[in-house]
Amino acid sequence: MELLIASAIGILTAAGIYLVLRLRTFPVILGISLLTYAVNVFLFTSGRVTVGAPPVLRDDITTYTDPLPQALVLTAIVISFGMTAVVVMIGLGAFLGSDDDHVDDRPALPDDGSEGTS
Amino acid sequence: MTHWLVAPVVLPAILAPFILLAARYHIGIQRVFSVVGVLILIMISAGLVWTTADGTIMLYQLGDWAAPFGIVLVGDRLSTMMVLLTVVLALFVLLYAISSGWDERGNHFHALFQFQLMGILGAFLTGDLFNLFVFFEVLLIASYGLMIHAGGNARLQAGVQYVLFNLIGSTLFLFALGAIYAETGTLNMADLANRVTLIGPEETVGIRVAAVLLLLVFAIKAALVPLHFWLPSSYAEAPAPVAALFAIMTKVGAYAIIRVYTMIFPPELAVTSGLHTTWLLPTALLSLTIGMTGVLAAKKLDRLVAFSIIGSMGMVIVSIALFTPEGIAAALYYIVHSTLAGAALFLIADLVRAGRKNLELTPQPPIAGATITAGLYFTGAIAMAGLPPLSGFLGKLLVLDAAYDTNLMVWIWVIVLGSSLISIVGFARAGSVLFWKAASVEPPEDAAAAPAPATLSYVAVGGLVTLLAAHTVFAGQVHGYTTQVAAQLFEPAPYISTVVETPGKLSKPSTEDH
Repeated sequence: MELLIASAIGILTAAGIYLVLRLRTFPVILGISLLTYAVNVFLFTSGRVTVGAPPVLRDDITTYTDPLPQALVLTAIVISFGMTAVVVMIGLGAFLGSDDDHVDDRPALPDDGSEGTS
Repeated sequence: MTHWLVAPVVLPAILAPFILLAARYHIGIQRVFSVVGVLILIMISAGLVWTTADGTIMLYQLGDWAAPFGIVLVGDRLSTMMVLLTVVLALFVLLYAISSGWDERGNHFHALFQFQLMGILGAFLTGDLFNLFVFFEVLLIASYGLMIHAGGNARLQAGVQYVLFNLIGSTLFLFALGAIYAETGTLNMADLANRVTLIGPEETVGIRVAAVLLLLVFAIKAALVPLHFWLPSSYAEAPAPVAALFAIMTKVGAYAIIRVYTMIFPPELAVTSGLHTTWLLPTALLSLTIGMTGVLAAKKLDRLVAFSIIGSMGMVIVSIALFTPEGIAAALYYIVHSTLAGAALFLIADLVRAGRKNLELTPQPPIAGATITAGLYFTGAIAMAGLPPLSGFLGKLLVLDAAYDTNLMVWIWVIVLGSSLISIVGFARAGSVLFWKAASVEPPEDAAAAPAPATLSYVAVGGLVTLLAAHTVFAGQVHGYTTQVAAQLFEPAPYISTVVETPGKLSKPSTEDH
C-alpha cells in the first residue's frame, strides 16, 4: 500500500514537472493539474496511511484515521480546482487575443498600444 | 477576549461582496465604500499597533477553540506594524486609482481590492501555517483579477505567466505543509516551535526538507533570484495602482521568512543551521545585484521600477539573513521604506504616461504636467537608490551597520554599495531621458495636448512621498520601534505561551494525540 501510494505520488510529480517545463500554455496547465493531484494525495497520506478506519472518534473504536489531512485536502482541492479554471480562462483570453499561446516572453512582441483601453 | 483583532479580515470580507452585489453599477457608491472601509481599517490598525506597542500579544481564537485545535489570529508588534503599513499604502493607492480613473476601466476593481486587502492582512495576522496558505491564496486569487484588470493582450499574457508561476508556488507550499504535518502532527506555528525542538537528531530528514521547501515558497513570494522571473513582466504590465499595491505583496514573503525562521526554525536550531548563511544570504546578495543591474538595463520605465523592487527585496533579505536583532530591525525599517518608495515610483510611472505613447526610455515630446511629475520622480528615485537625505540612505546605513561584525562583511558592503551606484546611474539615465531630453523633441503638429493628471493623483503620490520624508525625519523613533519588534521576535516564549496556554474549548486534551 505504502509503495503504491508513494510511487503514484512520484510518477504524478515527475510527469507534472516535465509538463510544467513545456513552452505552451496547454501542457503547462495539464502539468499543474498533475502536480496538484500529486500534492493532494501527498497531503492525504501525511496523517499516515490507515486503511478502512473511521476518521470520527467513537467510544468502542480503537483504530482511527487522522481526520485533519482530509479537511486540509478538501481545502486544497477546492482551491486548485478553482485556480485551474481561472488559469484556463486567462490563458484562453491571451491566446484568442494575440493568437499565441507561449508562456514565455516572446522577443518580437509588438507594442500594440492597447494599454488599458479595451 | 477582544474582537478587534479579527476586524482587519472581516471588514474587507464583508465590504467586498457588498460592493459586488449591492453597488455593482454605481462606481460612486463603490468608491465611497472602498475609501471609508480603508479609513476605518487604518483606525483599527492604529489601535492594534497602540495595543501591542507595549509588548502585549493579542490572541483571537476563532470559535473559541483552543490553539492547536482551532485556528488562531495573533497580533504582536511585527504583525500589527505590517497591517498598519498595508492599510496606509492601500489608502493612497485607492485615491490614485479613483483619481486616475483606473477603477472604471474594468469591472469589480473595488471588490477585488477589498479581497486583496483581506488576504494580505490575514496573512500578517494568522498564527497557523495552513491558514497562512489559505490567506496567500485569497490574496493571490484577488491579485489575478486585479493584475488583468482593464484587459489588453500584453497584460493577459503577463497575467498567464503570473498565475502559472504562483500556482506552482502554491503547490510547493502544500508539499511543504504536508511534510511538516507528517513530521510533527501540527500546523500551528507556536505549537510547531515547541515540537520541532523535540525531534531527535537522527530523524531530521523530513523536517529539513520541509524547512527548505517552505523557504523556497517564501522566496518565490519575495521574488528572490533565481525565483524572481514572475515579477518584472507582471508588475510592469499590471495597472499602475495594482502594481503599487503589489509592492506590499513581496513584503508578505519577507514577513513570512522573518516569522517562520525566527520562531519555528530559529537560527540556533541545529536541524536547519546553515540555511540562512549558506543559502539565503548569497541569493539575497545576488538578487540585489541583478535587481539593480536590471534598473540600469531596463528599456521601459515600468520595468525599471519592477527591477528596483527586486533589488530592494534583495536588500531586505540580506538584512534578514543575518538573523540578528540588529539585522531584523534594519530590515523592518527598510521594508517600510521600500514599500512606500516602490509604490510611489509605480504611480509616478503612470503619471509619466500622460501624453506619452509608451513608457520606453526614448526621447518623446514633453508630457503634460511634467514639472511636478519630474520633481516627484526625482524624490522617488533618490529614495529608492538610497541617496541622502531620504530614508533609503538611512535604511542602507542601518543594514551596513548590522552587517559590520559578520564574517561576510566585505561581500555585503561591496555589493550593497556597488549596486547602489549602479541603480543611481540607472535612475539618473531614465530621468534625464524622460524629462530633460523631452525638451529637445518637437511635438507633432497635429497632436492635441494631453490632459494633465488630476490633482488628486498628485495628492496620492505626494502623500506617499511625504510619508517617506516623515519616515526619514522620525527615523530615530521608527528604528527604535523596529528594534523593539526585533527584540520581541528573538524572545518567542511569551508568544508561544500565549497561543498554546490560553484556555478555550478542548484546552484540556485527552491523552490521544497524533
